[in-house]
Amino acid sequence: MKFKDYYAILGVERGATADEIKNAYRKLARKYHPDVSKEANAEVRFKEMGEAYATLKDPEKRAAYDQLGRHGPGEDFRPPPEWSTQFGDTSGGFDGMDFADLFAGLAGHARQRGRHGPEGARRGQDYEVAIPITVEESFRGTEVSLDLTTMEFDEQGAPRRVPRTVKARIPKGATDGQVLRLTGQGGKGVHGGRDGDVYLNISLRPHRRYRVSGRDLFLDLPVTPWEAALGAGVEIPTLAGAVNLKVPAGTRGGQQLRLAGRGLPAPEGGAGDLYAIVQIVLPPELTERERSLMQELAAASSFNPRRHLE
Amino acid sequence: MTSEHTDALWPDEPGRLRLPDLADCAGLSEAEVLDLVDCGVLTPAGGSEGQWVFGMRSITVARRAHRLREEFELEPHGVALLLAFIDRIRDLEEAVRDLQARLPR
Repeated sequence: MKFKDYYAILGVERGATADEIKNAYRKLARKYHPDVSKEANAEVRFKEMGEAYATLKDPEKRAAYDQLGRHGPGEDFRPPPEWSTQFGDTSGGFDGMDFADLFAGLAGHARQRGRHGPEGARRGQDYEVAIPITVEESFRGTEVSLDLTTMEFDEQGAPRRVPRTVKARIPKGATDGQVLRLTGQGGKGVHGGRDGDVYLNISLRPHRRYRVSGRDLFLDLPVTPWEAALGAGVEIPTLAGAVNLKVPAGTRGGQQLRLAGRGLPAPEGGAGDLYAIVQIVLPPELTERERSLMQELAAASSFNPRRHLE
Repeated sequence: MTSEHTDALWPDEPGRLRLPDLADCAGLSEAEVLDLVDCGVLTPAGGSEGQWVFGMRSITVARRAHRLREEFELEPHGVALLLAFIDRIRDLEEAVRDLQARLPR
């Protein structure tokens, strides 16, 4: 396993007091808390500092950690034999264990508030997983495969990591910011406690064509000046396939043409809309003929779009 | 390695949670859940005082409340205020996203 320097993670000295550790943690938690932080690596940092704090705030776990001595962060590491004799709970050896597992079986672990039944039953751990999906996957629904390593405890309370694959069907209409729940797929409960849940934090990957707002989709629709002026039928790509859209004569640049029900589906039925935002585009270079026709139009038209500025 | 299939549930999947179930899912005590009801963070979907039932969406709110309370040792009104700010920020972010989606590239 790789050694983790919990003191360095929290930015405190090894001799820091409990209050100094708490203050350092709070300060970092304000910066990286997933509910408030916009830092790119917030979730990873928050998890890392949570792990460090969970060990250092508990006197027994901190003592066990300190007994491991000083090592470089990420250094390959194995606890000395006398360590497991003193701190127990590693009867199955250290194979397959993560650094944090060393402390999971110690007394502090059994103090999770509000998760105990009357007879010492303990609910299994919950997990949160970030699930980025494409707009197409949101439209049709999809299946994701989650490789989870859940913590389980044997009869003696010794922890062990159990790798599991959970295939979860994501219903159509799942979209940015939603949290879905896989009931009972988290860590196993202990002594009759309920199994934990897995929470899927859904996010939508950026799409090369559509921009998403709620269940509505927005698409830039380039049209020529003469299509905008005279009207035209154009083919529009939608998530369900191409459809023909009538661009009315006299369409202005920036106008939004709505295709009702062509957005993302809603779980309760119905769907958002697709908006085609008209962009009037000139040819990159005018041919002689095009230039001549434009000059003819300029001479024939008395239209002044800047009259209101006069 | 075991492999299992399961359906993801919507947070607002039809279904009601009793107070003990919600407390269990969120890692809170029943008294703490009731504090959140008093502060207006959680709104029961039905039932009467002492026998409230909650919508499934309450799990997400209660879990967030639990996390904030644990990390910063906030009292219920502090959690309620922070959650209100977070909701407000999310609404504003949503409005920004909507405006950006409507702007041609």
